[in-house]
Amino acid sequence: MIYRENGQFKSSYAADQQMLPIGQDRVFMVALLVFVFAVLPAVLGDYVFLSLLIPFLILTIAAIGLNLLVGYCGQISLGHAAFMAVGAYAAYNLVLRVPQLNFLLVLVLAGLVAAAVGLVFGIPSLRIKGLYLGVATLAAQFFIDWVFARVKWFTNYAHSGSVQTAPIEMFGWTIDSPVEKYVFLLSLLIVFTLIAKNLVRSHIGREWMAMRDMDVAAEVIGIRPVYAKLTAFAVSSFYCGIAGALWGFMHLGAWEPLAFNLTLSLNLLFMIIIGGMGSVLGCYFGAAFIVVLPIVLNQVPAWIGFPISTAMASHLEFMIFGALIVFFLVVEPNGLARLWAIGKEKLRLWPFPH
Amino acid sequence: MSAMENDRAGRIGGQILAVEGVSLAFGGVKALSDVSFDVREHEVRAIIGPNGAGKSSMLNVINGVYHPQKGTIRYQGREYHHMDPHEVAVSGIARTFQSLALFKGMSVLDNIMTGRNLRMRSNILLQALRIGPALREENEHREVVERIIDFLEIQAYRKTPVGRLPYGLQKRVDLARALAMEPKILLLDEPMAGMNIEEKQDMCRFILDVNDEFGTTIVLIEHDMSVVMDISDRVVVLDYGRKIGDGTPDEVRGNQAVIDAYLGVSH
Repeated sequence: MIYRENGQFKSSYAADQQMLPIGQDRVFMVALLVFVFAVLPAVLGDYVFLSLLIPFLILTIAAIGLNLLVGYCGQISLGHAAFMAVGAYAAYNLVLRVPQLNFLLVLVLAGLVAAAVGLVFGIPSLRIKGLYLGVATLAAQFFIDWVFARVKWFTNYAHSGSVQTAPIEMFGWTIDSPVEKYVFLLSLLIVFTLIAKNLVRSHIGREWMAMRDMDVAAEVIGIRPVYAKLTAFAVSSFYCGIAGALWGFMHLGAWEPLAFNLTLSLNLLFMIIIGGMGSVLGCYFGAAFIVVLPIVLNQVPAWIGFPISTAMASHLEFMIFGALIVFFLVVEPNGLARLWAIGKEKLRLWPFPH
Repeated sequence: MSAMENDRAGRIGGQILAVEGVSLAFGGVKALSDVSFDVREHEVRAIIGPNGAGKSSMLNVINGVYHPQKGTIRYQGREYHHMDPHEVAVSGIARTFQSLALFKGMSVLDNIMTGRNLRMRSNILLQALRIGPALREENEHREVVERIIDFLEIQAYRKTPVGRLPYGLQKRVDLARALAMEPKILLLDEPMAGMNIEEKQDMCRFILDVNDEFGTTIVLIEHDMSVVMDISDRVVVLDYGRKIGDGTPDEVRGNQAVIDAYLGVSH
């Protein structure tokens, strides 16, 4: 970096545990917050909010949720879009049936419902690991998809099976325009990022990581696998439930059960693999990557005077995704977050070699 | 020398742990057959034997990782047929592992902090918000952990991911993690395996210091006979899952069955 961290000493354990221990980083963070809250809404158009920033913010919340489970606790899940669906339908039914509830409360309740469902589907993790657990969570995906397609009560007996939502109103504020949605989602994302950061540096986070790294040793040290794994499933599904509710209400507006299918689950998994397993920052990178890539693939050929068809673009998207997943698994299993950390570490000393 | 030995002898108390008639088999393979021995408070008790003698299995039985088919374990006046690892940890038995079993993705500090987990009480909501009791608790336990880090002289590696440390230091972190549990009994599975002479000397010093300063009872498995003879108060010898010797280092050294097991006998 351009700055040096010399002379910044930590004299208490509290100071040593800060999220941003370096003074310049804190200044940078404040500047970044001012930028995203004040500058971006003033300069960007609706299109950027609707097609880029809103999906990015929501998917980041979901990716953080999945990362807590997969990256921190080491339990694989291929069914997290299903927990997003649970959150979305729970929120839909709460808004529909108890209209006087505040939307923030609806979100929390939707998250809790998803957490409860996640807990149930997390039970197989107590006996099986790795690939086998992945397949078991796949069952969650198919089962929940099926439930929302078949049990009409959840969709309020809509004929097409798709549900509509109205703009959200709370504390007399109607969240309607893209900018308002953006500000609301950004605030939520910041809160959930802080909570995730707090969890992973507390003893619950250490329990998760211990289960991930060496489960026998974790048990001998007195960590209960049941508790560690199930809390990870619950917290992770809570995040995804909330992300699902936001995805339905703020991004899609109207959706059918297929909106939360296996493709979305896999996309979430790609996000954390590309972004970085076991890194909260990586979720931002991963989500940004997944949201931006299709748009770039659509636009760039036109810019360079070589237009390609939409079908071609979406095929290219799959190919590039596939190639990147292989690339990251082989070259940098810790993803973009690791590259970022390496870059920072190098720049810390640059331009002096020692 | 003799003054120190007398001093140590004076500190050794009554029986704290007793293994009685333990037999453990995996299918047809008998890992342990009818093994009995006891451990007294504050002593350094060594378990030795050739490879495959059942030493690590013995620790795993005490630890609750393996459940023996026969026999009982008496610990602090209570009798167990088998124990469950969590229960063992709560009751104050910690252990280190022969093949390193550290949490590779975590820093040295976090690894040692996991040893304090049993004592951390704040609920998940407080941890999520990191307020009040959760923060206070974190700092209190950090203080204890820092004392252990000082004690084992690994200050410089606090924030390093353990996977990147050399082997000898990893062994030390393993010990630190076990010590963080403030155990009554510490089970050490080959704490000096693969170390060079300086590292072994350091490790011996740490083990004796733990024993002297914290009064921790130590049960250790070790192959280096000079170390065993030097630091242990009593030695159990296992061979093919049976106990073939038990006593002070000098007694064991003179035991014909032990000599045969190590050197072999002509048939």
